[in-house]
Amino acid sequence: MADAAMTKAERREPMAAAIFANEAVTVRAAAPASRLSLRAGSEAIAPLSSALGVDLPVRPKQTSTTGSRTAMWIGPDEWLVIDAGEADLMAAARGAEGIFSAVDISHRNVAFLVSGTGAATTLASACPHDLRLTSFPVGAAARTLLAKAEVVLWRQSETEWHVECWRSFAPYVFGLLREGAKDAALA
Amino acid sequence: MLLIRCPYCEEERPELEFRGAGEAHIARPTNIAEISDEEFEAFFFLRDNPRGVTFERWRHIHGCGRFFNAARDTVSDKFITTYKAGEPKPDLDAVRGEKA
Repeated sequence: MADAAMTKAERREPMAAAIFANEAVTVRAAAPASRLSLRAGSEAIAPLSSALGVDLPVRPKQTSTTGSRTAMWIGPDEWLVIDAGEADLMAAARGAEGIFSAVDISHRNVAFLVSGTGAATTLASACPHDLRLTSFPVGAAARTLLAKAEVVLWRQSETEWHVECWRSFAPYVFGLLREGAKDAALA
Repeated sequence: MLLIRCPYCEEERPELEFRGAGEAHIARPTNIAEISDEEFEAFFFLRDNPRGVTFERWRHIHGCGRFFNAARDTVSDKFITTYKAGEPKPDLDAVRGEKA
């Protein structure tokens, strides 16, 4: 019965069609993706990396990407794995040897894509993190705050950011990004 | 904004990402069932509140999530140094010497 209900379940993303654009910045909701919150000790890193097909980074703020899959260093024993292709990450992690915790957070998080010449300025309107290229290079990711919402920032290029937040914070985060984008266009 | 160095993230991060977690280096007695009420009170409730340098636990709650220890001056609110949980109290004179 549960399976029948699952196949009929319709996925409804909060802010699914949200978009705001001006001459400096475009803020839009990202497509659904599968996500994994991983906690693992050092001895489980290698087996998890081979099971997931992406190397878990071991240095602060680093990410590594293979195909549509990216692993982000969140803490010394914590990673966020995102698969844009909506692959079943839980099934992949299940095969790994060792002691670790994997939680499917595909539906807990949503993402916004902030791009354009004013993208960093837009984020900086509500984020206290130093977003300059020297301290936040391309490919870096970090958990931080956007005003009162906890987010994970991932810099995909000099002018493109991926902002992960909890789905219940999505309207708040989008509102902040929209207002920040308006300010960035004035700068 | 006050910047605090997280020893796990290995860089200075904004104060808003952190949360204080009380006095550091308080060891739980190994014979907790045998100690007197006065000794338990001293361990469990009584905390120093010095004017000057204090050793505190902090948590990088909106970052890597880790607890760590810090030496902070309560008068100037200056963080003298931060170090990983489990490490011994650092020699503050040596730390100050390095920074000078």
